[in-house]
Amino acid sequence: MNTASKETAYEPLKYNEDNVKNDSKDDVILEVSHLKKYFPIKGGVFSKTAGQVKAVDDVSFSIKKGTTMGLVGESGCGKSTTGRTLLRLIDKTDGEVRFGGTDIYALSKKEMRALRPKMQIIFQDPYSSLSPRLPVGEIIGEAVREHKLVPKNELDDYITKIMASCGLQSYHKDRYPHEFSGGQRQRICIARALALNPEFIVCDEPVSALDVSIQAQIINLLKDLQEEFGLTYLFISHDLSVVEHISDTVGVMYLGSIVETGATEDIFANPLHPYTKALFSAIPIPDPDTKGNRIILEGSIPSPANPPAGCKFHTRCKDCMEICKTQEPVSKDMGNGHVVKCHLYD
Amino acid sequence: MNFFKKESTKDANYISAKESRAISKENKRITDEIEKKRKRKNIPEEEYVTKMKNSNNVVEFDNVHTYFFTDIGTVKSVDGVSFDVPQGKTVGIVGESGCGKSVTSLSLMQLVQRPQGQTVKGEIRFNTGEQAINVVNAPMETMQKLRGNYMSMIFQEPMTSLNPVFRIGSQVDEVIALHNPQMSKEEVKNRTIEMLELVGIANCEGVYKMYPHELSGGMRQRICIAMGLACNPRLIIADEPTTALDVTIQAQILDLLRGLKDKINSSIMLITHDLGVIAEMADYVVVMYAGRVVEQGTVQEIFKTPKHPYTIGLMASKPVVGKDVDRLYSIPGKVPNPVNMPDYCYFRDRCEMCVEACKGKYPGQTSLSPTHVVNCYLYAEGAGSNEKNEMKEGQ
Repeated sequence: MNTASKETAYEPLKYNEDNVKNDSKDDVILEVSHLKKYFPIKGGVFSKTAGQVKAVDDVSFSIKKGTTMGLVGESGCGKSTTGRTLLRLIDKTDGEVRFGGTDIYALSKKEMRALRPKMQIIFQDPYSSLSPRLPVGEIIGEAVREHKLVPKNELDDYITKIMASCGLQSYHKDRYPHEFSGGQRQRICIARALALNPEFIVCDEPVSALDVSIQAQIINLLKDLQEEFGLTYLFISHDLSVVEHISDTVGVMYLGSIVETGATEDIFANPLHPYTKALFSAIPIPDPDTKGNRIILEGSIPSPANPPAGCKFHTRCKDCMEICKTQEPVSKDMGNGHVVKCHLYD
Repeated sequence: MNFFKKESTKDANYISAKESRAISKENKRITDEIEKKRKRKNIPEEEYVTKMKNSNNVVEFDNVHTYFFTDIGTVKSVDGVSFDVPQGKTVGIVGESGCGKSVTSLSLMQLVQRPQGQTVKGEIRFNTGEQAINVVNAPMETMQKLRGNYMSMIFQEPMTSLNPVFRIGSQVDEVIALHNPQMSKEEVKNRTIEMLELVGIANCEGVYKMYPHELSGGMRQRICIAMGLACNPRLIIADEPTTALDVTIQAQILDLLRGLKDKINSSIMLITHDLGVIAEMADYVVVMYAGRVVEQGTVQEIFKTPKHPYTIGLMASKPVVGKDVDRLYSIPGKVPNPVNMPDYCYFRDRCEMCVEACKGKYPGQTSLSPTHVVNCYLYAEGAGSNEKNEMKEGQ
């Protein structure tokens, strides 16, 4: 809310300043430390907890204001669960999430509600994340009205303005989601998130369901909006080329933990973890001359209910050593904020 | 107040119930006629046995038109597509969703939803080795022999293309038993296990007895590939085989397909919208837009010297790892309505390189090299200098 570019007329009317203590000296907007999310597996006659799926297992990172962090990994590695736990859409098991200096899990329900407009999410599938029974104007305006961000008589103009900034026409307001194409619907989803004047948006695979040319439009839109409103993104995707394009920092996830983080240029130019190397070598490059030299990972990702002992990646790792099978590696800073979790760099 | 506003912005494609009834009546007349012709008994061989233009080709698409007769009008999904698939080569087909890539391949398999979907014009010649068959006119029994034995298809979603209530083994067995009636049950099972081994499934005896839900996406796609390859087809049609999979699994599957292609010496028709996959796998590339081929050539020609503005736009709109661009190019506008296609170049309204000649009819083919063909006025002879001639040529 400190962004100067926002017009004062549209500033939220009712906002409890005490809930968010913005540390002006610290530009870190989101800090996650040792976040864990285990899902219980129920079984037996009395629905006893038979085990746990460790979807997110000790994840720590921080995002600076106005930057984008990319989170990459295979499906089932816990990217989306991380995104949702950050927003308190599902409860954490352990750890801490600090948004602008406030521990969001320490807030009461009422305080959390006041904070929600500041943190929004854009979902992967624009076909199922919009209510088919609400017209677009209502989809975008519903939460704005609920949080009383603008006076009633200005709401209509406000929605039009938000829609225009996302490339939607004002006459789209009365239409229903089924009348729109996939790219247009994703614009509606973005407008819905943006209408609440957020500071931080979790983009959960926002372009995976779209065509290449539409992907480019949406990515450009996200970048423009970031510049205009000073937004901070957590960009979750399995498309590495998109992540490289949009992110400032990247976190690579494998089976619930982040195995490598750092600045995008560092990670893509010099991947250290064997998993990151394999992942990057698997990206198909649209140049017929660069065939080959690919690290093919054998097998598939192990079950998160029963992760391997020691380093979780050792079952598929090419450079596996004896120590990897017994001891879990710890994070090491290799300089310039490039952190890797692997015994090779002990 | 809003009522009038709504009316004025209503799209011009609105048709009344009366018009819709008239259209569906006309559609029924057309499709009934085609269906009647198809359902005749004992169709003489002359009608569907033809000659290949080049005997080294497995498939030749020759001016294929596949239309869907819907209640809002005729959708020309494939509108005059011509290209060849040479023996032992991989042909990649790229384009956005809805450009007719999948319908092209379904036309070849004669799997287009009938009666509303019909191949109304053109020839698809398939070379079985002994004879050439025009798939468009071939009767059902001939098609059943062709499918599976000579050509087979791998679908996009491994999650939904397997039957959830049958074991993996029985699903693969079925394919083999159907096409090899002389085989005993034991032989069929051995062949199935051999196939599962071929596609890199480690625990094949165990997987034989499993249900699809017990397998991951990559494993399921392997099963689909095993089913497709069970009868050593001459042509594999892979319709977005890796779109639903992770990059690491995608690399495994592409590696597998490449290896298998060489092992059984078949051709692959690879349909995808991922240019990276095409660059890696294909020998020839066909770029489709709104039901037509706009550019085709070898993989080197298409990726090194893309000519059609659509191809150029498509390449520029995809972020590439290691290539730093500040802003991605996005093709302006959208695909024209498939029901009323314009009579000029379909890409004109979105094109940023229009010349005077573009006002004329849909551009004809221009050969830039023996393999590289583009449908664009920019490269027609004397482009820009003598527009009037251009227009005549186009007509």
